[in-house]
Amino acid sequence: MPSESELPAAESADPVRAVVRVGDYLNKLRGEQVERECRQKLKDGCQELVVDFSQTEIVNSVGISILLGVIDSAKGTGAKIVFSDVREDTAELFDLLGITKHVTLTA
Amino acid sequence: MKIQQIKPTDFRRIAEDKSKLIHTFGALAEIGQEIANKNDFQETIRTSLHLILGSLAIMRGGVAQYSKFGHELNMLAARSLGDDFPLALTTSDEDERQFLANGIHPIEASQARVLPFFQLYDRSITAAKVELFLPLVIRGEMVGAVFLGEKATGEPYSSYDCQIISSMGRHIGVAIAHRNMLAELERRADENRRLYDDMRMTYRDTVKAFAAAIDCKDKYTEGHSVRVGKYSEIIGEELGWGADEVEGAAVAGYLHDVGKLTVERRIINAPYRIDAKESAELNKHPGVGFEILQPIHHPYADVPLAAKYHHERLDGRGYPDGLFDNEIPYIAKIVNLADSFDAMTTDRPYKRRRPANDVFEDLCGNAGQQFAPELVTAFLGGMLKELQGERPEKRFRKLLGRGYMETEGLVETIRRSLNALSATSPQTVIQ
Repeated sequence: MPSESELPAAESADPVRAVVRVGDYLNKLRGEQVERECRQKLKDGCQELVVDFSQTEIVNSVGISILLGVIDSAKGTGAKIVFSDVREDTAELFDLLGITKHVTLTA
Repeated sequence: MKIQQIKPTDFRRIAEDKSKLIHTFGALAEIGQEIANKNDFQETIRTSLHLILGSLAIMRGGVAQYSKFGHELNMLAARSLGDDFPLALTTSDEDERQFLANGIHPIEASQARVLPFFQLYDRSITAAKVELFLPLVIRGEMVGAVFLGEKATGEPYSSYDCQIISSMGRHIGVAIAHRNMLAELERRADENRRLYDDMRMTYRDTVKAFAAAIDCKDKYTEGHSVRVGKYSEIIGEELGWGADEVEGAAVAGYLHDVGKLTVERRIINAPYRIDAKESAELNKHPGVGFEILQPIHHPYADVPLAAKYHHERLDGRGYPDGLFDNEIPYIAKIVNLADSFDAMTTDRPYKRRRPANDVFEDLCGNAGQQFAPELVTAFLGGMLKELQGERPEKRFRKLLGRGYMETEGLVETIRRSLNALSATSPQTVIQ
């Protein structure tokens, strides 16, 4: 069975609603892959981009910067960004940093 | 003493501040590690920008390197500044003065419009929503700048935020300063290498000019010094020496007869066997050559010794000092072989060049008496390789002529000589 970090970042083939899975640790290595996937989905016309944090335990500063880049790209295309299954402490961090002003958090 | 009551909202604020602090300190630790890791410079800057943006959730930003020659800020990394943000931003002397005076402290773009820089790039800065500009000043020199956009919270930057930004900016500044220093060192090393190459070239040309001057004195042995230089070079190569040592051997060959410059031309050019008095005069040339070459600082230490001892023989019957085998400097043994080989294979005023087969048998026969056996082996081995087509360069053919090299039975003679040498000759001591 592949480890979490080996799983593909993108899961959904739906052009309107796409899901991108973050993995266990959103750092530079993983983050840049996630960002590429997100940008591609947005470029393909995705209107609702769901970033799945169900397996994510840590988001560091590089991860935050990458998420901000995704948010900025989504603003450019008018797409909605949803962060799903975010752990409580990560959600708290997103809130503190003001990220929740730009995205919707779902359980 | 009055005990202040802590409200539940205070607990929440303290917990929030703690989370923020942990996140920010994590970013500070990572940026320090990133700079210390000395990874690829561009990658370090890109990661540092991520860390500074991510630490305070800043929506956009960029890092630029300052060129003091071009008075330009050249963008190294940017995020979400837009495609129209300039890649190079010019600064004026006034801007530079102000930035240096400001040091690593963020400048609010909206408050800095008095500076020419912010007037010139007002449209770009406004379009990219740049709110803060951080000059990167390291040891009194401007090395770059950081552009920062709005925070994700939409709140203005606090003094705490500015302190964090300054701290992280200092790390980025150090990385750029370090990079500039390395680039300067590389530039100077390149310059030194070029100067050294030029000096080597000048030295080589001077040596060749000297060799030509020496050869001019003797119309019968025109090109002798140059050929001895080339044969010495071949011997060095065949011994497996490195390029510098081979060049040293060549130089020693080129200059071995420099002492002849002081010998009367009529003695050098005498179309007969010179008498004892003339011979004594001529035999002074090794010592004179040493005197001429000794004060010169050669890149190769043995050049004067080659001039002094190139007429010595292993059996002690040479001159000027009658040295024996291991008393003779190795370079002098090489030049001796090269010199003798050229003397045997060129026409002299009183003697025609000797047939090739005779010369090689003579070399072999005199190994251990006049010549160092391993040098004769190396020399003959080099010639055999050329005759058998194992070496593409025709080193011997260029010096001896095609006809001489195609002498019948030459390959057999050399093989026989090499076999005889390997069976009987002792090795001389390499000094």
